[in-house]
Amino acid sequence: MSDEQRLALAVADAQASRAKAWSRRFRLTWGAVVALLLIFIATSLNVELDFMTSATPFILGGIGLTILVSAASITLATLLATVGALGRLSGNAVINGTASFYVSFFRGTPLILQLLFWYLALPQVRIVLDPILCAIVALGMNYGAYMTEIFRAGVQAVPLGQHEAAVALGMSGRTAFLRIIAPQAFRIIVPAIGNDFVAMLKDSALASTVSLHEILWRAQNIGAQKFKTLQTFMIAAMVYWVLTIVFTALQNRIESRLSAGDRNKTVRG
Amino acid sequence: MKSLSNTPNAHPLHPAEKPGILVKPGAEPVLKATNITKWYGENHVLRGASITVWPGETVCILGRSGSGKSTFLRSLNFLEDPTDGTVEIDGVIVGADPFHKEGSERQERIREVRMRAGMVFQEFNLFPHLSVIENCIEAPVHVKKMDRKEAEAIAEKYLAKVGLLEKRDEYPSRLSGGQRQRVAIARALTMQPKVLLFDEPTSALDPTLVGEVLKVMADLAHEGRTMIVVTHEMDFAHEAADRVYYMDQGEFAEVGPPEQVIDAPKDPRTKEFLSRFRTLGAKK
Repeated sequence: MSDEQRLALAVADAQASRAKAWSRRFRLTWGAVVALLLIFIATSLNVELDFMTSATPFILGGIGLTILVSAASITLATLLATVGALGRLSGNAVINGTASFYVSFFRGTPLILQLLFWYLALPQVRIVLDPILCAIVALGMNYGAYMTEIFRAGVQAVPLGQHEAAVALGMSGRTAFLRIIAPQAFRIIVPAIGNDFVAMLKDSALASTVSLHEILWRAQNIGAQKFKTLQTFMIAAMVYWVLTIVFTALQNRIESRLSAGDRNKTVRG
Repeated sequence: MKSLSNTPNAHPLHPAEKPGILVKPGAEPVLKATNITKWYGENHVLRGASITVWPGETVCILGRSGSGKSTFLRSLNFLEDPTDGTVEIDGVIVGADPFHKEGSERQERIREVRMRAGMVFQEFNLFPHLSVIENCIEAPVHVKKMDRKEAEAIAEKYLAKVGLLEKRDEYPSRLSGGQRQRVAIARALTMQPKVLLFDEPTSALDPTLVGEVLKVMADLAHEGRTMIVVTHEMDFAHEAADRVYYMDQGEFAEVGPPEQVIDAPKDPRTKEFLSRFRTLGAKK
């Protein structure tokens, strides 16, 4: 081995050990912060194991409803965003105008107001929706408005040359969109849907305000009964946090699988 | 070359427009573009340019950047909508419709024109989500409603011709620029067009990859494909073209066989343009 090779190896070694040390410090920091948090809880509050063991299963019982509402809402939002994006891309002024109004109005007003509108205001005109339906419609329509713009941007991110090549081969505008543009836009859009699902898991907590017995509602109610919301909110926060971590990890896996396909397939032709 | 008449169907033949040597005597032109005019706002990009191409001919369009040669080529299959003029390919006639008065029937004729005119782009524009063979058969299957097996057989024939049959199941991102452009040529050929339009097909390529694409194009020219090639490759034009059109400021300044237009240009604008190439050392 020459001196130069030895030097190169030594440099690479030093680089690797620096990286290792950094990630060790990073993980230690996390552990320290979590430990501090636990110490704070253990010392300043009465943990009351009895209460915790009875409250936790009750709160965990809301997970199903949280996931159900989130999944249904993201499905509705995806459908609305697809229609909305087609509308925003339409050359027809009436269709485009309608879609543009939808996006503007539902992005321009608070989500909680929209939710309460479906639940509290509509009964005044004798339209009474089931709370679960209120939550799904409110979350779905609100997220659909945001996702409309994401979907539209996804379609517009496909290079113009793709459309030109398709129609130059004799495809109609419709065929070109369905067979050439949409599949490429889809790859851009899917990660965004995953992102929004994770955000929806947390925003679904708003459904507690329309008396849906999901995670937050349960934490709030059992806590209020015993004047121990500090403990129950802590539990609820942990539940949401773990859910978010799990679904983010899931989403990252889907995304990396998609982008592996990208390396194979995307790059401008 | 000014239009001699305002009636769109009168097609003025430039005195230098004579069918190339590969053309059968008495053959009808496969493509006639008459008085193609294009305004971009105040900008007069095409000033009534006309071209006639007979079956089997290779025609090169030369001209400096911004002379309108790409816009002219893209007007032939209506990727650009001309302000005035008429295009006739293989009996299908489409006129300019600047005020969008005509409806879907014209769109259908444009599609007919496009099916008859295969286009090869500067930027290749392969479909990245489809494999090489799928790129080739996409339009034959979904536009011409051709049987999939039949389309694959045709595509394989042309992939073999451009030397890329072994790449049939690869995706475009795994190919070099030269390979991508050869696939784009095979894709255009699989539609079995009457004429091939090339829009500066080697301008986006690494210099070392230009040769493989030009060789494929020269082979096609020599076997009697009808081709219109917008290019800066003087050697290719000299070697493969039956006729050369020189475009300047949106009109054709000079037309004729390459020995005449490239080697002994008469028009001062052509002379000036070619002298720039000589100073760069590409003697032809």
